[in-house]
Amino acid sequence: MSELPTAGTSATFERVADIIAETADIPRDTITPESHAIDDLGIDSLAFLDIAFAVDKAFGIKLPLERWTQEVNEGKVPAEEYFVLKNLCARIDGLVAEKAAKA
Amino acid sequence: MRLEYFEMIDAISRLDREAGRIEAIARVPMESPVFEGHFPGHPLVPGVLLTETMAQASGYLVLAHLGFAQMPFLMAVDKARFRSFVGPGATLEVSATLEHDGSGYAVTKAAVRHEGKLIADAELRFRTMPFPEGLDAPMRERAARIGLDIGAGA
Repeated sequence: MSELPTAGTSATFERVADIIAETADIPRDTITPESHAIDDLGIDSLAFLDIAFAVDKAFGIKLPLERWTQEVNEGKVPAEEYFVLKNLCARIDGLVAEKAAKA
Repeated sequence: MRLEYFEMIDAISRLDREAGRIEAIARVPMESPVFEGHFPGHPLVPGVLLTETMAQASGYLVLAHLGFAQMPFLMAVDKARFRSFVGPGATLEVSATLEHDGSGYAVTKAAVRHEGKLIADAELRFRTMPFPEGLDAPMRERAARIGLDIGAGA
């Protein structure tokens, strides 16, 4: 990898990768920060919602999937921004920080 | 219950929006073609229909929670357990609680009881999406018929 993830994202990645491995039955060692959830890992929409539920519970957040889907469908944001795991983890960190700031 | 029409819930007995909980009544009919096959001479409500009953109670809960802004569609059934038999004439108490209100999905835990005894329970997941054209009005009509308070959003 050319750029190192931050410590927060790295810990988040480990947790998210564990969730994906367990929820979608994907070998843990095939999941990397560069993996695209759909193109590389073959996660379908049902499995992705399973993962979202597990992530919501694990991090105490609510992934804004409806907004993300709309942005991708409207071409405003490339899907990689949400589905490549390092990007997904950065967004999870952002949501966790946002929640902590509100508390 | 009109088993053949998939109308499982007869009446909503309690809706607690704050707690995210619903309680409903489902009366098993004395006769139904379903019982001719399941099973001949030994009528039992099929587990899939008990699952559907839990899904419908959960669905009404999600509809009420979302103020009828979106329609829940059953997406996953986890940990379904059928703990006892139930046959014609039984009055079933159905309950559901909202476990998680996600973005575009919702998760409930539901149970069916008969005379206080647990018959079936499951964890259900729903995809929530805008009402398909023409489904909004019939769902509201059906909800009103069973006494679901559809609230200020209606």
